[in-house]
Amino acid sequence: MDAVTLLTVVVLAVFVGFEVVSKVTSKLHTPLMSGANAIHGIILVGAVIVAGQAGDPWLLAVALLAVVLATANLVGGFVVTDRMLEMFGPRKAARPGEAERAGSGRTREDGQ
Amino acid sequence: MSVLPAAWTALLYLVAAVCFILALKGLSSPRTARRGNAIGAAGAAVAVATVFLSARLENMPLILAAIAVGAALAVPVARRVQMTQMPQLVALFNGVGGGAAALVAVLELGHSEDPWVRLAVVFTMLVGAVSFAGSAVTVGKLQELISTRPLLFRGMPAVMVLVLAGALTAGGMVVLTGSAAWAGALLVLGLAAGLLLVLPVGGADVPIVISLLNAFTGLAVAASGIVLGNVLLLVAGTLVGASGTILTKVMASAMGRGVAGIMFGAFRGGSTAGSTTLSDRPVRSSSAEDVAVQLGYAQRVVIVPGYGLAVAQGQHTVAELATALAARGVDVVFAIHPVAGRMPGHMNVLLAEANVPYESLRELDEVNPEFANTDIALVVGANDVVNPAAKSSPGSPIFGMPILEVVQAQQVVFLKRSMRPGFAGIENELLHDPKTTLLFGDAKDSLSKVLGAVKIL
Repeated sequence: MDAVTLLTVVVLAVFVGFEVVSKVTSKLHTPLMSGANAIHGIILVGAVIVAGQAGDPWLLAVALLAVVLATANLVGGFVVTDRMLEMFGPRKAARPGEAERAGSGRTREDGQ
Repeated sequence: MSVLPAAWTALLYLVAAVCFILALKGLSSPRTARRGNAIGAAGAAVAVATVFLSARLENMPLILAAIAVGAALAVPVARRVQMTQMPQLVALFNGVGGGAAALVAVLELGHSEDPWVRLAVVFTMLVGAVSFAGSAVTVGKLQELISTRPLLFRGMPAVMVLVLAGALTAGGMVVLTGSAAWAGALLVLGLAAGLLLVLPVGGADVPIVISLLNAFTGLAVAASGIVLGNVLLLVAGTLVGASGTILTKVMASAMGRGVAGIMFGAFRGGSTAGSTTLSDRPVRSSSAEDVAVQLGYAQRVVIVPGYGLAVAQGQHTVAELATALAARGVDVVFAIHPVAGRMPGHMNVLLAEANVPYESLRELDEVNPEFANTDIALVVGANDVVNPAAKSSPGSPIFGMPILEVVQAQQVVFLKRSMRPGFAGIENELLHDPKTTLLFGDAKDSLSKVLGAVKIL
């Protein structure tokens, strides 16, 4: 791939990356960080490619180590993010705007 | 096994990249977050399946075995980790991702003479190694295996400059010669730079550093995409690098800090103010029965939960206490500091786990004006986030951090294990304030006793 195409892809991806997270509420900072963390575990694809080309046993060993580490990042990352989000059940998914009118102090009118 | 045509491979990678974008988008809103994460995982599955179909790979059984090992190591830990220890686990996963990227780059070094590709190799190795070593330090700090105070030694800035200069030299030599020996030196220097970068960061700022290192790993993965000529790695890595950078900035400003101040603040000195002045001035300690009376006959109570509550696994008990008080007609809300716990949003996760209704959680800006009308602020296992030093003493490491102004409440009750200072390692003046009473003990024990006493009022 030529350099200009690469640059185009990078610049567009940077803007998309900025855009998608710019309005996130602080409640979701931790899951979002964890989800982004899982996504870079996709280095597994790179690790598989180098492991698939490795001839020398030492190089293969290093590549397989990379595969193990990348899998841990990818799979573990998505699982732990899901566990965090599991805690935000549907009932808690109220909109943040609701807090404004809750200033009246009546917080339990919906019972439990 | 047949090999996929290149166009199909590219299309499937595009599908995966779109999934990652939708995942980040979904994770930005509470309603769609879980679905977003599932979409991300689906994208990853598509990408991994594609790589197996797209080329003739040697060593297939070994690769599949390595994937099985990685998953077998990570999944049980991710499923079983205590919610309180989750930040460490995220940092750990981030670190191994950075390490994997660095290893991939090392292995590709011999495959290209192109200086630009070698430059990408150098970048991936260096940033991946920094992320790996830096993440290891954050895990150590969060587990309190190493001191949560900023760790500095004499001449540290000079050593840092030397290490960076060495790394640049080694990197330059790798680009010019492709030498494996220089590449080894580069890895070692990268690891050293990661240690030196994170050791001076104070405990309270560790979450921001995890987020920053997360962005670093993203950039390393993006560069590995150039090394391997793989657009998916390039796009996914760049997405994480960009969104991670924004997230780091947003988190830092939620704490009233700049990222540069967090990373290098300790070098400017003065940040250890108060860290050793643990005084033995008297404090007013109280019994569970007295606290129960105070709470039970109050009109308005604000509960400030902190990491101590999480460590003691007291989130369910505190939720019960809030219910019991509400049943007596007391108006109870929870005041959540953005960094309560160990990570931004961490306390929301913990209280959600204990079924505390979303409507009774108040964010910092909403609740601060309400403290003046609050009879009792009940601080459970929190310290730094209510420390008035953040407003009053410019020398303090937490100066400038937004705090919950419990000092405005009529009375303040602390449930604390001991007089030990908080994660930031500084003392809290508020503990000695005449309107403050303390109930010493494990947060969950104390809460159960108070709860029992409230029930028989």
